[in-house]
Amino acid sequence: ATQGPAVSAGSAADIMPKGSARRVVVVGGGYGGAIAAKYVRMLDKSIEVVMIERNDHFVSCPFSNLYIGGLIKDLDPLTIRYDKLTANHGVKVLQAEVTAVDPAAKTVVTTKGTLKYDRLIMSPGIDFRLEEMKGYDAAAMDLMPHAWKAGPQTVLLRKQLEAMKDGGTVVMSVPLAPYRCPPGPYERANMISLYLKQHKPKSKLIMLDANPDVSSKGALFKKGWKDNYANIFEYRGAKKVTEVDAKNRSVIIEGIDEVKGDVVNVIPPQRAGRIAVAAGLVGDDKNWCPVNPTTFESAKHKDIHVIGDACIAGAMPKSGYSANSEAKICAQNVVALMNGKPTTDMSGINVCYSYVTADQAISVAAVYTVKDGKIVGVPNSGGVSPIDYSQAKSEAIYAHSWLKNILTEMST
Amino acid sequence: TFSGAAMAAPPTPEMLSYACAGCHGTNGSSAGLSMPSLASQSKSAIVDAMKKFKSGDRPSTVMGRLAKGYSDADFDAMGNFYSKQKFHPTTQMVDAAKAKKGADLEDANCSRCHIDQGKDGKDDTPVMASQWLDYLKMQAELYDSGKRKMPKDMADKWNKLSKEDREALLHFYASQK
Ligand SMILES: Cc1cc2nc3c(=O)[nH]c(=O)nc-3n(C[C@H](O)[C@H](O)[C@H](O)COP(=O)(O)OP(=O)(O)OC[C@H]3O[C@@H](n4cnc5c(N)ncnc54)[C@H](O)[C@@H]3O)c2cc1C
Ligand code: HEC
Ligand code: HEC
Repeated sequence: ATQGPAVSAGSAADIMPKGSARRVVVVGGGYGGAIAAKYVRMLDKSIEVVMIERNDHFVSCPFSNLYIGGLIKDLDPLTIRYDKLTANHGVKVLQAEVTAVDPAAKTVVTTKGTLKYDRLIMSPGIDFRLEEMKGYDAAAMDLMPHAWKAGPQTVLLRKQLEAMKDGGTVVMSVPLAPYRCPPGPYERANMISLYLKQHKPKSKLIMLDANPDVSSKGALFKKGWKDNYANIFEYRGAKKVTEVDAKNRSVIIEGIDEVKGDVVNVIPPQRAGRIAVAAGLVGDDKNWCPVNPTTFESAKHKDIHVIGDACIAGAMPKSGYSANSEAKICAQNVVALMNGKPTTDMSGINVCYSYVTADQAISVAAVYTVKDGKIVGVPNSGGVSPIDYSQAKSEAIYAHSWLKNILTEMST
Repeated sequence: TFSGAAMAAPPTPEMLSYACAGCHGTNGSSAGLSMPSLASQSKSAIVDAMKKFKSGDRPSTVMGRLAKGYSDADFDAMGNFYSKQKFHPTTQMVDAAKAKKGADLEDANCSRCHIDQGKDGKDDTPVMASQWLDYLKMQAELYDSGKRKMPKDMADKWNKLSKEDREALLHFYASQK
């Protein structure tokens, strides 16, 4: 990863002077950004696209829980690079940290210099509301990983589980919704439980969930826990962790009850990625970015579009599939706007697969449309897998193929 | 205020179809190993499949739930879009001996409908050449268990073949480019 000398500093020099071609700048090369960059180029080769990403590669959060559970041996199958986006579509990739956006001058400032844009698409993902998790600083993250951005944190959590003695206690904390990937924490509970069951059967996993109850696929997850992990996993709802004691490896619920673990996985509350906040794109809640449901153009600043976890997309959850779908909707309407053509109503999809055991997965699916200016699920469509798990083995096979396809979409 | 957002037109075929590509691959060219490619399937094969998913006539894991979100006109638009995409040749790990055996069986049994070694999708017959083997096997299981219904003339052929012969045919089709 490139790290500038200081995050607030950027270079003023125009590093990529804009020629006569119109230019879209994309911030972030993850589930939303890589797709937006590719589809703008697929739709109109006369538009220059510069995608700015701080890292030279991207590690997928989807399926990182399977790595934590031991079903995937390393992060290679979850890792993509961007060279084929450049070779196949002419996307220009700039590895740099975006440090500021000037909506009036229509420039982005990066650690390598500034760039002008005609339209800007931001898909920076999430950052943490650390002010709501007392004591959870960088040093605490090294002791009690969040693993909610895939990469070294994911590897650290796995290593800690491997190092833990049989008979140990693992503690997970889940923030109030909305957060990145509603079913993600519960899938992680499955995968940690699977590992413990196979390798450390005297151990326990306790989940402290700030939500009153399982916030996604509840009945399906609960059946999975009862059938597979009854002696290992304990779910506690309405337990909001507000503080950590890193030295003690403990978390504190609402300033009172302390729960100690041998391995502690803290998933802090979240907001739109820092750069979206700095650019003045978050709304009244100070956390997420309100957007137009047709174009994903920011309600705060003209010519800036926000997609993925960072935006408020009505009924669409904060997932990789949603980010992929939003990116395509946004790309189509950005190209239409730049060519003076009418925009098109959105039609989107989300599907999230969650693993339960080594060879069973469940899913939630929905189709989205726009109604009265809001993104809503199409009535009488979508839903979750059958509660009897009759499809779970087939879905586990299809889920692997989903990952392969969506990562291939992002990288070729 | 947003530039130009007030007068948005209804979803185009691209708007509808791009959303499917997170599972089926860009323009319907699946990277495998089990999600089926849609590229170059005939329009009526796609429309027929979507209608059957929606009504529950054809069993599915996820497609039934998704198909319920669309109208017949949407299916037409998506069928049009995917039928126009270039055929997606794949290189798969197939068993050469099985593929060879399948080659000997296909002419007499399947080629009347799955024409041109499964490369051409006639009417509502799906393209099978280069289709992912894991997908074909999962669909064959659904046929064998009676959960997915086949056209009567296909059933006449299918049911006379041994399980090994059926599998050989799938290896044959998966290996065709
Ligand atoms: C454990 C876990 C499991 C999950 N499982 C699933 C799943 O099965 N299915 C699913 O659909 N979703 C899943 N998700 C959710 C999914 O990961 C996110 O919804 C998705 O990544 C959102 O895409 P995005 O583009 O908004 O952000 P990201 O994919 O995080 O991409 C943001 C990118 O922007 C870059 N960036 C940010 N700020 C800057 C800056 N200032 N300068 C330069 N670059 C910057 C980052 O480095 C990053 O690469 C899961 C999440 C987790 C944590
Ligand atoms: C989450 C993954 C996913 C998404 C999204 C998805 N599909 Fe599918 N598709 C599948 C799977 C899995 C199958 C196999 C049937 C099943 O089990 O649902 C399939 C099968 C199909 C088939 C049958 C192919 C054949 O050869 O018979 C068609 C047609 C199809 N999908 C079209 C679409 C269209 C159109 C969309 C978008 C509106 C779409 N799919 C979105 C996963 C998906
Ligand atoms: C009478 C025409 C006909 C014959 C003969 C026929 N098929 Fe089919 N086949 C179809 C049609 C139509 C479909 C799609 C309809 C459906 O299953 O809903 C289909 C679907 C399939 C599928 C599922 C493909 C997919 O994408 O989901 C497989 C596998 C298949 N056929 C194999 C065979 C084999 C093997 C033979 C020879 C033994 C054969 N078929 C003979 C008409 C035929």
